[in-house]
Amino acid sequence: MDKNKIEGLQFLATKVREHIITMSADGGCFIGASLSCADLIVYLYSEFLNITPNNLTDSERDYLFLSKGHDVPALYGTLAELGFIEKKRLSNHLSTTDSIYWHPNRAVPGVEYHSGSLGHLPSVGIGVAMDCKMKKQTNRIVVIVGDGEMNEGTFWEALLVANAYKLDNLIILVDRNHFQANIRTEDLIPLESLEKKFEAFNCSVNRINGHDFEEIDAAFKGLKQGTGKVNVIVADTLRGKGLPSIEARADRWFCNFTREETNALIRELHGEMKAKIESETLTVR
Amino acid sequence: MTYEETLTELAKNDERIVVMTAENRALIRNMPKILGERFIDTGITEQTMVGAAAGLALRGRIPVVHALASFLTMRAFEFIRTDVGISHLPVKLCGYIPGFLSDANGPTHQAIEDVSILRGIPGMEVYAPADEQDLVTMLPAMIESPSPAYIRINHRKGEYQHKAYIPGKAEVISSGNDITLLTYGLLFENSLKAKALLEKEGYSVGLVNLRSLKPIDEELILNIANETDLIVTIEDHFLTGGLYSILAELFLKNKITCNVFPMALRERWFKPALLNDVLAFEEYTPEKIAEHTIREFENTLVTLK
Repeated sequence: MDKNKIEGLQFLATKVREHIITMSADGGCFIGASLSCADLIVYLYSEFLNITPNNLTDSERDYLFLSKGHDVPALYGTLAELGFIEKKRLSNHLSTTDSIYWHPNRAVPGVEYHSGSLGHLPSVGIGVAMDCKMKKQTNRIVVIVGDGEMNEGTFWEALLVANAYKLDNLIILVDRNHFQANIRTEDLIPLESLEKKFEAFNCSVNRINGHDFEEIDAAFKGLKQGTGKVNVIVADTLRGKGLPSIEARADRWFCNFTREETNALIRELHGEMKAKIESETLTVR
Repeated sequence: MTYEETLTELAKNDERIVVMTAENRALIRNMPKILGERFIDTGITEQTMVGAAAGLALRGRIPVVHALASFLTMRAFEFIRTDVGISHLPVKLCGYIPGFLSDANGPTHQAIEDVSILRGIPGMEVYAPADEQDLVTMLPAMIESPSPAYIRINHRKGEYQHKAYIPGKAEVISSGNDITLLTYGLLFENSLKAKALLEKEGYSVGLVNLRSLKPIDEELILNIANETDLIVTIEDHFLTGGLYSILAELFLKNKITCNVFPMALRERWFKPALLNDVLAFEEYTPEKIAEHTIREFENTLVTLK
């Protein structure tokens, strides 16, 4: 991947992070989990997925399912930057005049399916992948799951079924940000070794740095169809990535900042001094 | 024609239909070789099956999914509500051995709250055919409807020749001024026999095979409430949330009331045994239905006087 392309992706990811930060006031959002997978979503829409504002009803398009759901500000930011929705809609976040709220809503163009209850969209993705296979289409179906989400039994149940049907058009992308809601995964329900678990389920597994566009690109460009194996990419990420004042902190899960704080966080994103955060942000949603 | 033959014919003529099961193949054993890839067995995974059905429906398919009614409606309930219900996808949920049909399995297998919980999902249709002939008569319309649906599968052979099915309409077997028996599913058979016993005793007896519990045939029931002295609801379901509750909601909405005697399961699971023994133990034989009805009718008449 050439330098210009990487810089372009980084520029877009920064724009998306600005949107995420902006959405974390006036009611707030799940900022940490959105920042952790912003680079992945930006990459997928820019370089990998055949999804455009003009092909959303085309049966040959690719599919992206946000199963973890809390990351939807990252998707909305990306959709706004890439012309799927108007940027001004983002300022309607949480307003009854629009339909943009804390979890994905498929009424918004570009959102493939709603989510919010964990461990659901791997199975919905299986249904789509099965139909694409039946119709001999080569669409790719990417399902982004959170690591905390993998506590849900239905995640593993879905892997069993996907393997039984050899769904090599299905790509499970794990946003491995190392946090459940408010506790580190390894301190509550340990997940490691993830590669061994996925290999035991007969998946084709790759583990990458989810903030390194070259590694992300190599992993996705390296995917092959016809292997008969479900693809899993475990992307190690940092919750709150881009904002050192909230990165990898258990209490920065759902955040509802003041406008002064989000303005300071946007400056922090651009490398200026760390923001001073006084808002109580350990909010249970 | 059997359920399997009918569904096979429908699927052969409509590429949109996919038949799914959570390894409950009893009624669809011959379909894999006929449907090929359009037969999908996900193993013992009711939740994943329902989620995958939603995905298939997103792609334009009509999944007809099969599992034991209790596991389909309860274990996978949230998948039904969230992945099928919120998007109003045309997934057809076929529950095997609902109600008393789980006979000796025990309470784990007793789907006797299924009508209650499924009808609570916006847009979900709920059907309960009286026997296999009724089921196959209703099947094309149930599949053709653009809504999600739950079907209390009942493939027992019946002797009654059912009329054509009109979507959302009940089947009126007879009308009566004294008593009207309202029932659905397998209890139709014994209700039909109870009706004969009651008529022999000189009562004017109506009998309705409801077929569709949601939508319910509202107009018919309101007319019956006006024209009959006593309605008896006969169901293999908890009293809460089933037909008795449906009537209560309907009458309250229309600001009317009437005498209703419910035969339903009250705050307990039923005694597990072979079906005929269950029907005897739980007092759903034709004789017991008639006996309870007469006792209630006579009490009602006393009250009326």
